[in-house]
Amino acid sequence: MPWSKMDTQRQEVSQFTARLWWSLLLIIIIFAGLVSRLVYLQVWEHERYVTESDDNRQQLQAIAPTRGLIYDTNGTLLAGNRASHSLTLVPEQLAGGRRGIDDVLAQLAQVVTIDQNDIKRFKRRLNQPRRPFSPVALRFQLNATEIAQITVNQHRFSGVRIVPELVRFYPLDQGFVHALGYVGRINDRDLAKLDSINYSATHHVGKLGIERFYETELHGTVGHQTVETNARGRVLQVLDRLEPVPGKDITLFLDAQLQQAAAKLLEGKRGAIVAIDPKTGGVLAMASAPSYGANQFVTGISNANYQALRNSDDLPLFNRALRGRYPPASTVKPVIAIAGMDSGIISRKYSIWDPGFYQLTEGGRLYRDWKEGGHGRVDMHKSIVESVDTYYYAISHLMGNDPMTKYLAQFGLGQVTIADQPEATKAVLPTKEWKRIHRSASWFPGDSLNLGIGQGFLSATPTQLATMAMVLANKGEWRQIRMIKSMDALPVEKVSDIGRKDPNQPNNVELTRTSDWNIIHSAMIDVMHGKKGTGRRSGAKSSYKMAGKTGTAQVLGIKQDSTYDAAKIAERFRDHGLYIGWAPAKDPVIAIAVIIENGGGGSSAAAPLARKLFDMRILGVNSKDKAGVKNDG
Amino acid sequence: MADFQRWAPDAQRHLRQGPGLWVKLRLDPFLLVLLFAIMSFGLLVLYSGSGSSEAAVQKQLVRYGIALLGMVVITQINLRNVQRWIPLLYIAGLLLLVAVLLFGVGAKGAQRWLEIPGLPRFQPSEIMKLVVPLTISWYLASRPRPPHLIHVLVAVVLVSLPVLLIAKQPDLGTALLIASSGAFVIFFAGLLWRYLIAAIALGAAGLPLLWMGMREYQKQRVITFLDPESDPLGAGWNIIQSKIAIGSGGIDGKGWLQGTQSHLDFLPETHTDFIVAVLAEEFGLIGVCVLLALYLLVLIRGLMIAGSASHPFDRMLAASLTLTFFVYVVVNIGMVSGLLPVVGVPLPLVSYGGTAAVTLMASLGLLMSIHARRPQRT
Repeated sequence: MPWSKMDTQRQEVSQFTARLWWSLLLIIIIFAGLVSRLVYLQVWEHERYVTESDDNRQQLQAIAPTRGLIYDTNGTLLAGNRASHSLTLVPEQLAGGRRGIDDVLAQLAQVVTIDQNDIKRFKRRLNQPRRPFSPVALRFQLNATEIAQITVNQHRFSGVRIVPELVRFYPLDQGFVHALGYVGRINDRDLAKLDSINYSATHHVGKLGIERFYETELHGTVGHQTVETNARGRVLQVLDRLEPVPGKDITLFLDAQLQQAAAKLLEGKRGAIVAIDPKTGGVLAMASAPSYGANQFVTGISNANYQALRNSDDLPLFNRALRGRYPPASTVKPVIAIAGMDSGIISRKYSIWDPGFYQLTEGGRLYRDWKEGGHGRVDMHKSIVESVDTYYYAISHLMGNDPMTKYLAQFGLGQVTIADQPEATKAVLPTKEWKRIHRSASWFPGDSLNLGIGQGFLSATPTQLATMAMVLANKGEWRQIRMIKSMDALPVEKVSDIGRKDPNQPNNVELTRTSDWNIIHSAMIDVMHGKKGTGRRSGAKSSYKMAGKTGTAQVLGIKQDSTYDAAKIAERFRDHGLYIGWAPAKDPVIAIAVIIENGGGGSSAAAPLARKLFDMRILGVNSKDKAGVKNDG
Repeated sequence: MADFQRWAPDAQRHLRQGPGLWVKLRLDPFLLVLLFAIMSFGLLVLYSGSGSSEAAVQKQLVRYGIALLGMVVITQINLRNVQRWIPLLYIAGLLLLVAVLLFGVGAKGAQRWLEIPGLPRFQPSEIMKLVVPLTISWYLASRPRPPHLIHVLVAVVLVSLPVLLIAKQPDLGTALLIASSGAFVIFFAGLLWRYLIAAIALGAAGLPLLWMGMREYQKQRVITFLDPESDPLGAGWNIIQSKIAIGSGGIDGKGWLQGTQSHLDFLPETHTDFIVAVLAEEFGLIGVCVLLALYLLVLIRGLMIAGSASHPFDRMLAASLTLTFFVYVVVNIGMVSGLLPVVGVPLPLVSYGGTAAVTLMASLGLLMSIHARRPQRT
């Protein structure tokens, strides 16, 4: 071995050994550091920690943030908070500790009403993971008498407390629940999903609708305080306090007056109305009937009331505006006409002779028009104004599935485009592939004919139809359909502005010839104002022009009722009345969809309702211009 | 030879009486005795910390048995004969870590375990605690020492890959342990002081830049991480309660099974990461100092083994394993006593859990193997 190499080796070893010594020094210094830390905690600060450890009276309490408020577009309060008192127990502080719970419950039951359900729920809450000395709720919504009775007997119960809290309150209640949703008590399933720290003082969570979608923003951030309490749990002194961050206030596009009017128009009916501002995409009204009161869900609905709501044949809990899947019937004809023209399959001058029926093959099945004897020579304008089925049989036979479903999708059918209503459903836009998967059959020409008049497999929700009306009114321009207008006074153009995921939205509908829009618009105006327009009675005598399209959907089958009620069943076989439209025709401020289940024809059942809301939106509430809207049933 | 070796107690004297059982098994009685002392003390505390659960103690005993068996097996391996398999182990380990990110299972938002049908579920990151120091020692042993900058950089990359993958699970504690095990090897390979100082300076200069580049909510998370007591309901709860437990223990403690903090459920994770708080509450400052002294002896023995090894590979590995053991102790006690942020690092040979025990004993096994094959003095 050469000397130099041995030399480097020796050098290396000595360097290594030096580093070992350095490490040992470091180890000893750091161990000394740890020991001094322990001496500091265990000797220097020992007294303090002994007090803290012995002193169970000093405790950390979580403080619930105040839930954000919800306003309508004009600043009317739609969801606020009000004080409510609940009865809580701190198990560690009860006489006899946790083992004494049953005795305490029995004694408390002599003072206030506590039923088996309360006790069952209390025990469930008690067995959830919780921090020692945190209160567990036994009863909510104590009334003044109960509060007084407990206060008088307070000396008998250690660890029993009345805790005031703010709970949700919906001042306008009924008629808004399908638009706003509601909050309810946090249950086991919610607990699994929620951040247990941030919700440590919260008892309610958004269950449906806006309340559910904007839960994070509305809820806020929990605060906490260290308090000194006496043996009975009464707070003697607040030692330090971090204020909770209240939830954000949300302003909706919803117009409370329009919403109330819509709900009133639907009274006694089953159906839905959705109105959208075409300039912004904001939802002005979203009503579904029958409805129910939201406040009862906040305070805890009784089982009997809940069962009554659940079992009602009219399905009041069902949000028809977002989840009702109806055949859109003739309301899709403007889009089918656009599909025909823009795909180049028919010319804009295309016309047919309508004998009152259509046949795929000579001597085959008759596809009938609604008018016996037919409409004679029909061009595109007349086909929309008079809603001529035969014309659409003919052009959808020429088109087949593809161009029709492609254009219907561009107008929002078959997808959820509303950004902040988590319950919305996409209904069914029957492409060839859809039929292959769901019906295990290929697409037949007859299917195209049904699709062309908005029947068959096609279904849409009222929200989707209002969206379609908006895109038609805007000549193809899309806006994000949403409830929210602003959050804490900051405008929200898209929900992604506040960090939410935007829904997939079709691109603006660009027609090869933009003048094609005028053909459709002029026809839809004549639906309302033309001599033979199907909606002329609703369009008459108005100071402004409106555009629309009526629809009448055949009801093919209904769920068999368990009890036989001839009148009811006959009623449930009546047609659904539909209407889409917007106003004013040239510079729209409202686009609408109205659906009345088993209401009969769209021109008589649905269009008059839309007219009333048009008037209200355009002329104001106190308008006298109500002539021309005779409710002809 | 170096001072360090002269320091070693003369184990040879016993050997003159003929090769005993220890020599046949290549075990180091000194380390073994320390090991048993720490484990016994640990089990005592564990019984209290688990709420007087005999089942927990029995389960842990079985795990220690398995881990000891693993240690004896590893001690029989002559590291230099298996060196060429190390890169393969490293690559396999990396693949397993990627698999964890893709198909791993876990709880509380972290994905750490791998379930391969037919095998018990395991944490590939635990394996890497051994594989990384092995790999870096293998790599630098066959390079010139002190290592050139390029070799240092390669070594840093070799350490960073598994560390980043583990940090992503996220398992900051394990990532930290592995990163330091790699760094120690590089240090003991003779890393020039100027590189070391440059790296520290670079890190110190980079931190403010990183901070300025962060968004508000990210800053908030870092603040809560560094100062958990600003969030007393969440991350801070554990620390506040463990400080109360330690502080109220005083010099001689409240007595075994008498800790109120732990037995009244104020203290969380009393048998895993926070077990030292139970020890401090019930056995006081004296109890913790006894444990620290036992750890110190293990560390000194580890450094001695490193000092007496002849081959660079053995030297670097032994030193790195010893200092990593040190990091375990410091990070765990530091975090429980509120000096360091909370990252999940168990207290070696005391905390409840099987995987950590197996890895720790395996690393002690490696130390013993190195010790058994040290050059015999004449």
